[in-house]
Amino acid sequence: MTTLDAAGTVRHIRHRLATRRRLVTLGLLVLLVLAFALALYLGDYPVPPSEVLRSLLSPLTGLVDKGVDFIVLNVRLPRATLAVLTGISFALSGIIFQTLLRNPLASPDIIGISHGASASAVFCIIALGLSGISVSLGALLGAVLTALVIYGLSWRGGVTAYRVVLIGIGMAAMMSAIISYLFTRARLFEVQQALGWLIGSLNASGSDDIIGMAIALALLLPLTALLARALDAMQLGDDTATALGARVEAVRLGLMLVGVAYAAFATAAVGPVTFVAFVAGPIARNLLAGSGKGFVQAALVGALVMLGSDLVAQHALPAVQLPVGVVTGVFGAGFLLWLLVVSNRAGKVN
Amino acid sequence: MTIDHQLLAAGIDLGYGDRKVVDDLSLTIPPGKLTVIVGANACGKSTVLRGLARLLAPARGAVYLDGKPIHQMSTREVATILGVLPQSPIAPDAIVVADLVGRGRYPHQGWFRRWTPEDDAAVAEALRATDTLDIADRPVDELSGGQRQRVWIAMALAQQTDVLLLDEPTTFLDINHQVEVLDLLTDLVKHNGRTVVVVLHDLNLACRYADHIVAMKAGRLVAEGRPSEVMTEAVVADVFGMASRVVIDPISDTPMIVPIGRHHIGAGVIA
Repeated sequence: MTTLDAAGTVRHIRHRLATRRRLVTLGLLVLLVLAFALALYLGDYPVPPSEVLRSLLSPLTGLVDKGVDFIVLNVRLPRATLAVLTGISFALSGIIFQTLLRNPLASPDIIGISHGASASAVFCIIALGLSGISVSLGALLGAVLTALVIYGLSWRGGVTAYRVVLIGIGMAAMMSAIISYLFTRARLFEVQQALGWLIGSLNASGSDDIIGMAIALALLLPLTALLARALDAMQLGDDTATALGARVEAVRLGLMLVGVAYAAFATAAVGPVTFVAFVAGPIARNLLAGSGKGFVQAALVGALVMLGSDLVAQHALPAVQLPVGVVTGVFGAGFLLWLLVVSNRAGKVN
Repeated sequence: MTIDHQLLAAGIDLGYGDRKVVDDLSLTIPPGKLTVIVGANACGKSTVLRGLARLLAPARGAVYLDGKPIHQMSTREVATILGVLPQSPIAPDAIVVADLVGRGRYPHQGWFRRWTPEDDAAVAEALRATDTLDIADRPVDELSGGQRQRVWIAMALAQQTDVLLLDEPTTFLDINHQVEVLDLLTDLVKHNGRTVVVVLHDLNLACRYADHIVAMKAGRLVAEGRPSEVMTEAVVADVFGMASRVVIDPISDTPMIVPIGRHHIGAGVIA
């Protein structure tokens, strides 16, 4: 075979992988659009698709129906939008850590970052008597501080994935203990408020949450795209990545900061909705079957899981609205068990 | 074709934390030759390779590439001249061979220069050279140890660097694949004029394939030069602490080390 034919073989394989990647992306996009439409349609007062469309376009067309528009534009649209934005954010946070630390268990809701946000938020609610946006800011600060402590404690002239995961799990336990302690010191009303926050919910979502998330994503997404290219090399191990000319330590620190920011902003907006960060990456990579790093696809899966879970949470039980975190918890825990069983069989959890 | 690049270590100390592994070592890699580093376990041979490859910064002294201190050059610039295959690279789950080998093109790409036909050609050439073209579409997870090792070498080849450093590329390979890999590296030197440095375990293969052999013991350089001049019974005794007889390899006319243990010494042999 000549080099020309061989190059053709390589090109053919590259195209095959790209096609699979595009199909997965397209499929997820279609599902997301359907879920989004369903979110606008479903509810105590179902709005037929034609009415949804009219309502969405009413600012442009001027065809207004105040009652319907209120339900679609002021209740359902913001809720679904926030679900998508936070879903993307949680998912990217998860896949960044899972990729950097080469461990599917290394998502921020397992290595303590979400726990840090929670402990800080609970502290704000119970010890400082705060509520609303101040609690969100407290959560943001808690996530960043916890991440810094984990990074600092893991540092031994560089950071190894293994240490970050172990120290992160230790931090998670410590933060949970702090939350338990705060609960024992709290009055019942505060405990209720704190628990509501801890489960994570879109019920109390406001427009400032959406604006905050949109700004965060507008800043973080380009940064992620910029840094993620180096992961092509870094997935092969630190030595190989350095050999290929990647600036390993700088990219890792940059991506970790971005990953913490994603988790922190999303947690501040809707609380520590469990397992979205954890499941999105592995689901995306399973769909891709080796045809990509899966960041875009994981973001779509995250949005879909968040939106889908919220739909189930709102409509599964008659007369009861569950917080979205309950549904993602059930779904995610099942997925975790499946992942552990499958990984152990293949002997690949390290 | 290729340019001769000068790679040398000047009085380097290398170590991990407080543990010093290599002590005041100076070494010049002959350009356009195959250099093999040998020595007993934990003598620091892999550490030297990591130092030469700028994967480990020396505590003292410096490594120079074309006269410039390698640790002060941009890692990207180094990556277009010098390729490295570390001892235990990691293959991402489910990655296919062509994709993995394509990662070798990383230093040639950037934000504004993505994949080109030139990259396809480089990957194809690397696959051909390592005889892995027919498994190019398979997931790396499913390959045998020998196939996997050849795929990793292909990845390093796709980088198309004039200097290539490999840390024990024949470990885990059957003898036939060991010979194939070393033949391939020799092709790169003979036909393409590349400079290749390899750490090897097998002394006899090292003696056969090395243009230049470097023997190390306890972090220091014991001897270097052409294997036929360097590999004497005294050097083997010093480096490995083992008695041996050095005979002539009937195939390659190079030194062949026959170890002498406590058992299995034939009648009439004076050990």
